[in-house]
Amino acid sequence: MRLVEEIKLSFSVLRTNKVRSFLTGLGIIIGIASVIVIISAGAGAQSLIINQLNSVGTNLIGILPGMREENGPPSAAFGIIVTTLKYEDAQAIADEIPNVAAATSYNTGMATISWQSNKSDATYYGVMSSYPEVEDTDVDAGRFFTEEEDRGSARVIVLGHQLAIDLFNGTDPLGQKVKVGKEFFEVVGIMKERGSAGFQNKDVIALIPSQTAQKIMLGVKYVNFIRAKINNPENIDRAQEDIVLLLRDRHNIGELKIDDFNVQNTKDAIKALTSITDALKFFLAAIASISLIVGGVGVMNIMLAAVNQRVREIGLRKAVGAKKKDIMIQFLAESITLTMVGGIIGIIAGAGISLLVALIARYLGYNWDLVVSPLSIFMGFVVALAVGVVFGIYPASKAAKLNSIEALRYE
Amino acid sequence: MAALIEVKDLKKDYVNDEVITQVLHGVTFKIEAGEFVAIMGPSGSGKSTLMHILGFLDTLTTGTFLFKGKDAGNLDDDELARIRNEEVGFVFQAFHLLPKTTVYNNIKLPLLYSKAKDQDKQIKEAIKQVGLEHRAYNFSNQLSGGEKQRVAIARALVNNPSIIFADEPTGNLDSKSGNAIMEILEDLNELGHTIILVTHESDTAKHAKRIIKIADGLIVSDEKVNERRSAKNGGELRK
Repeated sequence: MRLVEEIKLSFSVLRTNKVRSFLTGLGIIIGIASVIVIISAGAGAQSLIINQLNSVGTNLIGILPGMREENGPPSAAFGIIVTTLKYEDAQAIADEIPNVAAATSYNTGMATISWQSNKSDATYYGVMSSYPEVEDTDVDAGRFFTEEEDRGSARVIVLGHQLAIDLFNGTDPLGQKVKVGKEFFEVVGIMKERGSAGFQNKDVIALIPSQTAQKIMLGVKYVNFIRAKINNPENIDRAQEDIVLLLRDRHNIGELKIDDFNVQNTKDAIKALTSITDALKFFLAAIASISLIVGGVGVMNIMLAAVNQRVREIGLRKAVGAKKKDIMIQFLAESITLTMVGGIIGIIAGAGISLLVALIARYLGYNWDLVVSPLSIFMGFVVALAVGVVFGIYPASKAAKLNSIEALRYE
Repeated sequence: MAALIEVKDLKKDYVNDEVITQVLHGVTFKIEAGEFVAIMGPSGSGKSTLMHILGFLDTLTTGTFLFKGKDAGNLDDDELARIRNEEVGFVFQAFHLLPKTTVYNNIKLPLLYSKAKDQDKQIKEAIKQVGLEHRAYNFSNQLSGGEKQRVAIARALVNNPSIIFADEPTGNLDSKSGNAIMEILEDLNELGHTIILVTHESDTAKHAKRIIKIADGLIVSDEKVNERRSAKNGGELRK
């Protein structure tokens, strides 16, 4: 009952100094909102990465060249080119491992692709004919290139859905010749529309045979990575072991030597990325919460000013029977009300900004989830309450200690 | 039955930077329930200090202070606050109303610290006693000086205290409003309230039934008022 009175009283005091209350609360609003936004944006970015991994499929195994660094990403992630992984490794994985349904190697490159006067700077992938099966996709028109075309380094190309529209602008691309860099390729197929997954839009890429990419376009004898599709997710661990044994054998790695390749399944990658992004998210949230301390100092400053301004009121309250504890509660209630109102506005603003970020990201074609976790909202409340208590306690105790006779005489 | 207030050889010293200032040098008197006493004296005489001690705002240095027969000389802060809330009402010269707060809520203030039930009824009763029913929901800063002091009286009354202390209640008012305030105090006394008035003006003191004069921390006279000036009869003297 008393508490309700105190809160009502606090609200009326805050209302009488609207501008001052708002400016004081602004520090808390900004602090709480930025923590909420950072946690939400972090979770959104996390979902983006994980969605990307999930979209390639959870029954996939990736093989990257270069040794596995304990507690760290493979060297390929730092841009170091390792040439140990070969086209034949992919073929062997597909042919010799029982649980592998299909496998393909990947070589990537960038080139200007043009048809008549239309040009597009695109990423092309040199892949094997099993690519559609591995990536769980298909052509929309025409056909995918064959194993024979791959082995024979045929100059055939399959265009991403959007890339075909951009280049041909309504004309049927099938059978047409496009120029990729300096080489001419015949368009044999158009991929289905796939949408973007993560940071990558698969509708604007071009696919060419792996051998063509290595020999004609890039002039290399290695592949960037291999991806294998496992017939059943339950067999992933087994298949992973088999691939390691096969590649060690193929690469003549002695018993005590370390692998010169790195086999990862999607599940592991998701786990690793989640832990990295979690750490990043909380680190950023911790930085954002510094603004809450600044906001708290503002609250303390204003509460000290309020105590000085209301010395006579405090004297009067004591004269009519308020105990030290009552005065303490009154001023604490005021600072807590201030920070809680700020906190609630901050939570709403934070959620609003997070929604905006998600909408913009989705508009830009990213698979971005809006995640405002109940935990971050709850934490927002708790932190606002804690700031109110911590930074309100000194002004409140100063008020409570005032001598009523002197306070009543205060001019 | 014990007197409402009984003080014996009451002394009060203030210590400031190791300098001891004696304010009350030993005062002795009794006040019975239902009295209307004026404590008079020039400024610096110790009358305010005496009121603060009798009103439980301050504590004595030596001597005895019995309230309703019980020792009230050495109480802790919380106990003093509780007695102020239950037994005492104050009316100050400067009104001390909360700004931007309604008359009703100003009067409610002492009840915030009490466990009294049916507070609404008590507040409305107090408003009625000072004749401010029409102003109950006006803000304190919309009132005239006389009205403000009437709110202060209602606030002092609302807890139904044993004593009402009025410290220079007419000091900030013109004579007409001042008279009206004194009339209210007289009426309250007629209804049985004990009133202790602190003033340096003899005209105001004459509304009381008994005047204790203080000078330099000692009582110089303590007399019943024979020629009482009643506010009700336009300030005329009556015997």
